[in-house]
Amino acid sequence: METVTITMKNPPALYLEAEHICPDEFAGKTAAQIAELHVYEGNTKSTLGKYFEISGDAGATAEDTKIVVRGDVKKVKYIGMKMSAGEVVVEGSTDLYAGAWMSGGRMLVKGDIQAFAATAMKGGELVIEGNAGNYLGAAYRGDWRGMSGGKILVKGNAGSDVGMYMTGGEMVINGNVDVHLATHAEGGKIIVKGNAPSKVAGQMVEGEVIIFGTIDVMMPGFKYVDDVDLEVEGTTAKFAHYIGDTGERHKKRKGQMVYGNLYQKI
Amino acid sequence: MTKTVTDVVCPFCGTLCDDLEVSVTDDGKQILDVYNACAIGAEKFLHSQAKDRITRPRLQQPDGTWKEISYEEAADYTAKMLAGAKKPLMYGWSSTNCEAQSMGHEIAEMCCACVDNTAAVCHGTTLIAVQDIGLPTCTLGEVKNRADTIIFWGCNPCHAHPRHMSRYSIFPRGFFTGKGHKSRKLVVVDPRVTDTAKMADMHLQVTQGQDYELLNAFRVAFRNEWLPDVVAGIPKEKIIEAANIMKAGRFGIIFFGMGVTQSLGKNHNIDEAIAVTKDLNEYTKFSIMPMRGHYNVTGSGEVLAWQFGYPYSVDLTRGFPRYNPGDTSSIDLLTRGEIDAAFVIGSDPGAHFPISAVKQIAKVNSVCIDPHITPTSGVSKLHVPVAFVGVETGGNAYRMDNVPIDCRKVVDPPAGMLTDEEFLTMVRDRVKKLKGVA
Repeated sequence: METVTITMKNPPALYLEAEHICPDEFAGKTAAQIAELHVYEGNTKSTLGKYFEISGDAGATAEDTKIVVRGDVKKVKYIGMKMSAGEVVVEGSTDLYAGAWMSGGRMLVKGDIQAFAATAMKGGELVIEGNAGNYLGAAYRGDWRGMSGGKILVKGNAGSDVGMYMTGGEMVINGNVDVHLATHAEGGKIIVKGNAPSKVAGQMVEGEVIIFGTIDVMMPGFKYVDDVDLEVEGTTAKFAHYIGDTGERHKKRKGQMVYGNLYQKI
Repeated sequence: MTKTVTDVVCPFCGTLCDDLEVSVTDDGKQILDVYNACAIGAEKFLHSQAKDRITRPRLQQPDGTWKEISYEEAADYTAKMLAGAKKPLMYGWSSTNCEAQSMGHEIAEMCCACVDNTAAVCHGTTLIAVQDIGLPTCTLGEVKNRADTIIFWGCNPCHAHPRHMSRYSIFPRGFFTGKGHKSRKLVVVDPRVTDTAKMADMHLQVTQGQDYELLNAFRVAFRNEWLPDVVAGIPKEKIIEAANIMKAGRFGIIFFGMGVTQSLGKNHNIDEAIAVTKDLNEYTKFSIMPMRGHYNVTGSGEVLAWQFGYPYSVDLTRGFPRYNPGDTSSIDLLTRGEIDAAFVIGSDPGAHFPISAVKQIAKVNSVCIDPHITPTSGVSKLHVPVAFVGVETGGNAYRMDNVPIDCRKVVDPPAGMLTDEEFLTMVRDRVKKLKGVA
C-alpha cells in the first residue's frame, strides 16, 4: 500500500470543501497531480496544493492507497467522502461529512468529528477516537435510508440524531449520546456504553439498540417484555428487553409482528 | 375630509387578514386610522407615519456615527460587498414581497451566495419534517367552514396571531359550522397556562421538552397498545380521552407553533405530529398546519422552492443549490464563522439570533435593508431604509396555508424613498456589471 501524506500549511480563512481527499480520487495519481485536484473555499475554486503540502504518490487503485492527513483540518469538510476502499487517517480533528456515503475501506480520525459523519454509509469501517457530532450514520436530508452497512466505533461521545433512518450496519459508542438515537430506524444495531437522555428509538420500525447506561425518559411506545442475558462486545450482562415503537407501523413476518428491540442493562 | 381604502391586506403575521379598512387624508399621503386590524397590525400601519423615520441610507463610520448616503452609493456598496465575498449570506426575506425575493435570488445566484429565510429559527424544522414524511394540510377556508376539532399545540394565537381564532379557527360560523365556537372542540397543548389555553375545552399541560413523547403516546393510544401511567406529565386516562375527542370529530386540525418546532426534538416533534394526523385519517378527516409567523415567510419558502428546489437554507456557493440545515443554515454559518459578508432584508436577526451569531454579523461586512431601526441595523455597516410592503407598496404574499394574496398600497412612501424591489433591482444591475454578465 502506498501512502500519501497531506499536511495543512496554509489554513483557509473560511471553510474548505475538499471531497477529493479520498483514496478513490487519489488512486493512480502522483503527488503533483494530487496537488492539482480542486477544492472550494466558499464560492472560490482552487487546488489542494494551495492549502496542503503533499508528499508521496498514490497506489494504482484505491485499495493500494493510504492517505494520512496532518495539521489543523478542523475547517475542512468532506474528508473521505464516498471512499470505497483504501485507508484514510486524520491525525487531528475534522469538520462536517467525514466518511459520508463511504462504502468500503477504513477511516480513522484521531480527534473529534463534527456533524453528518458517515451519512448514508454503506460499508467499510469508521473509527473516531474523540467525540462525534450530530447525525452520525444518519440519512441525508429528506432521504429515508441512513447507514445501511459497515461499522462505526466512537471512543468518546456522540451528538443527537445518531443512526436516524438506519437500515443496517453496526455502531458502537463508548460514551454518551444525545437525544433521538435511532429515530425511524429500520434495521442495524447500535450499542451505547454510556447514557442516552431521551427519545431513544422513537418511531423505530425494526433494528436493535443496546444501552449500558441510563435512559432518563423512556418513549411511551416501548413496552417491557422480559429480562434477557446478552453478550455484547465481550460483556455478558442482564438486560431489560423492550419492544416498540408500538405507535409506528410494523411489518409482519411469518404471521408475527416485527418490532424494534431496545435493551437496557439492569 | 378623509377617504377610506377598503380590503387592505395586513402585512404583519401569517394570518394575512385581508379585510382591513384604512382611512387616509384626501391627498392620500397620510394614514389617519386603521379599522378591523388587531393591535399589532394597526400599529404597523400607524408606525409607518412616524415623523422621525429614517428616509435615506446610512453608512456606519469607524467612530460609530452614521453618515447619510444616496441610494446609488448604497447600491454600489451592496453590490461590491456581495460580488466580492467568498461566501455571502443573504438572510431574511420574510417581511417583503415575493417580487423582491425573486429579485434577491437573482443576485444570490450571480454572487454564489447562501440564501436563508426566517424559517431557520422558526418553522424550518417543520419543512424538514414535511420533506421526511409529507403534509396532510388544507386551507384556512376549509377550517372555517368544516373544522369542528381544533388543536393548538405549542402556539398561542391569542397573542401571536390575534385574529386567527375570529377569522378562521374558533368563532366564525362557516358553511358546516353554523354554531361558531359552540360547534367546535378546542384542545390546547402547552406547558404554560396561556390565554389560548384558558379558552380550551381541554388543556394538556405537557412537561416542557416532552412533546415528542406525548405525540407518540397519542399514536400508541390510537392503536390501543399499552401505555405508561403518565406520559409527559399527562395521566394515561387523559391522553386516551383526548385521543377519543380527536377521533370523534368530523374534521379536525392541528395548528402548531414555536413551542414544538423549536423545543427539544425539533423536526422530530413535527414528524410525529404529522404521523398523528396521518393516523387520525383512519378514523376521520384530519389536517395539520404550521402557524407561520412573518406575513410572507411562507412566500419566501415558495419562491425559494420554485427557483432553487428547497424552501430555506439554500447554499449556492458551488453554483448549484444545496440544502442541509445544520450546514447551510444561517445560525450555523454565522456561529461557525463560515461566511464573510451578511446581507439582511425584511427580518431582524439582531433581535432573534444567539449573541454569538449577531457578533459575527457585526464582524463581517454587512448590509441591513429595513424600514425600521433595529438591533440588526445597529450592528450593520450599511442600513438602507425602504418603503413598507403592504402599506406603501403592494406585492404578493403567501398566507400560512400557502394561499397567495396581493397586498395593497395604501399611501405613498416619504418622497424619494425606494421599495425593496427597486433597491434590489439597482443592486442586481450593478452585480451584473461587476460579474460581467450581459
